Amino acid sequence: MAKEPILSAKDVQIQFSLRGKKLMAIRKCSLDLYEGETLAIVGESGSGKSVFTKSFVGMLDANGSIVGGSIMYEGKDIAKYKTEKEWMTIRGRKIAMVMQDPMTSLNPLKKVGKQIQESIELHQGLKGEAAKKEALEMLRKVGIPNPEIRYNQYPHEFSGGMRQRVVIAIAVACRPQILICDEPTTALDVTIQAQILDLIHKLQDELKMTVIYITHDLGVVANVADRVAVMYAGQIVEYGTVNEIFYDAWHPYTWALLSALPQLGVKGEDLPTIEGTPPNLFNEIKGDAFAPRNKQALKIDFVQEPPFFDISETHKAKTWYLDPRAPKIEQPKSIRRLREKMRERG
Amino acid sequence: MAEREKLIEIKDLQISFGHGKKKFVAVDHVNFDIYKGETFSLVGESGSGKTTIGRAITRINPTSAGEIYFKGQKINGKISKELDREVIKKCQMIFQDPMASLNERAKVDYIVSEGLINHHLYKDEKDREEKVQKALREVGLLPEFASRFPHEFSGGQRQRIGIARALIMEPEFVVADEPISALDVSIRAQVLNLLNRLKKDRGLTYLFIAHDLSVVRFISDRIAVISKGRIVELAEAEELFLHPFHPYTKALLSAVPIPDPEVEKKKKLLVYDPSIHDYSMDKPVWEEILPGHFVYGNQKELEQYRREI
Repeated sequence: MAKEPILSAKDVQIQFSLRGKKLMAIRKCSLDLYEGETLAIVGESGSGKSVFTKSFVGMLDANGSIVGGSIMYEGKDIAKYKTEKEWMTIRGRKIAMVMQDPMTSLNPLKKVGKQIQESIELHQGLKGEAAKKEALEMLRKVGIPNPEIRYNQYPHEFSGGMRQRVVIAIAVACRPQILICDEPTTALDVTIQAQILDLIHKLQDELKMTVIYITHDLGVVANVADRVAVMYAGQIVEYGTVNEIFYDAWHPYTWALLSALPQLGVKGEDLPTIEGTPPNLFNEIKGDAFAPRNKQALKIDFVQEPPFFDISETHKAKTWYLDPRAPKIEQPKSIRRLREKMRERG
Repeated sequence: MAEREKLIEIKDLQISFGHGKKKFVAVDHVNFDIYKGETFSLVGESGSGKTTIGRAITRINPTSAGEIYFKGQKINGKISKELDREVIKKCQMIFQDPMASLNERAKVDYIVSEGLINHHLYKDEKDREEKVQKALREVGLLPEFASRFPHEFSGGQRQRIGIARALIMEPEFVVADEPISALDVSIRAQVLNLLNRLKKDRGLTYLFIAHDLSVVRFISDRIAVISKGRIVELAEAEELFLHPFHPYTKALLSAVPIPDPEVEKKKKLLVYDPSIHDYSMDKPVWEEILPGHFVYGNQKELEQYRREI
């Protein structure tokens, strides 16, 4: 892949101070984002997937800050941005975000149309009637019927799915280059979820956006993603194209995530589970962060942090299993089963 | 299969809220049986009435018409005090959100034994403590946890406390209302395994309420699909996935995300449009179209479904 990334995060470290203690939420994360692709970031809650992407738009909580690394975007290192004024040139305008819960991300006291118009007036410089026209156009674009009536309604008059459509309309109103969707469908019903995913896909094609999905649902990932990054305890542990991750994953954490899916389980058998809990990020982590929960961990996993090993040009995993000196370890059953099924289909 | 004991029978159940002009019928004409020892799932969108049915069986919501039988005894409407207590003991519920369903100000010890205290189901203090410890151990928690408060636990552990609270009553029937929806992927598997193990060890019967068909396939013996307060299709789990008839079932199935990129990227999303049913002349019926496979539709639709077989 010789293409230049449009956004390139390198060795990003993010620290939070909580009650006088320091918590390293992101521990040297690197990520390249290419134009037009859909990248999914998966991981358990608390793995740092939201925090990592929030740092791209300067939306970290007040007690958190980027303490190392760089985020290059349009020739500038945005990790160095400090003031709101600097962030306003990017946030909303170039990189926009869709949050998980449409109940809390809209202002309940303001008409829906006005909330969309607000973002258009702020970022595109349109005023009055022109902005209203654009807002109506956005409502139509995200598939809300009767935009003229809906424009004058309040968020409580909308259903959950319709509300999420409004949130998306606000986010894409300024034609951002990158759209970050933070669990956009977790709070929604499956049928609505499918519609929203469809809508984001359609808008992505239409507006030529690059999309980052943050999710813990691997079913959603299979549906939307071109590339996948798996995150654990503040680090990305495996990258690859969606096929590489699903049919040929190598990191034990990716295995555990896939095997634990009820969709891949065999009836009457126990599902493989991930025992234990993620490490406490207040402490320094030695070796592979996943080792204490990995039944097949190697001795070196507890001593030294593994580097990234290349599996293919696009597929990398951070595990000692791929070291030529490591003992031979087989991929778990559920992954082999997925791959066989793919082969059967030809 | 006809000899299997029916634990729960539901006949023409109707549940409504409000009176007069404001009356809203949430559940109507619902019929199904739950056999002893099976996991019966109720699947539908939010607002379809699935939780309302579960709550009606545990006597939390009053019913407005129809009957619910538990081991052959009618348990809805006015019943004797003794039977009421019996039903409360034998039919327990596990709730969706473990963050909201535990009393924040009570210790685990009290939360788990509250049912015992209310029904005087223990001989003395020692007996009660032993029962609490046994219940905690059974769900994979340490007995020491009894002296802690709910906020000290993670989501998965809290859900286990919720399960222990139900188990201590030694129920025969458990309504599990979306027990894993609020949990992380890695914890879901643990809770599902636990529910399956308890079913085997204790011979429990579950009514599993969910909106995600993919999870339900793994855990259930039979599945009923509910839409707008009506059950539209009912079949054995695998059968339902292989031969869905009702358009709503098909739409639900098409929306389920499958963790297999090649399948997922090719799939076509079906959208259910309720206006395709023309029930003005030809009235719909609840028909057994294949052995054990029921579907709701009028004669014309049933004719078409039969052709699909």
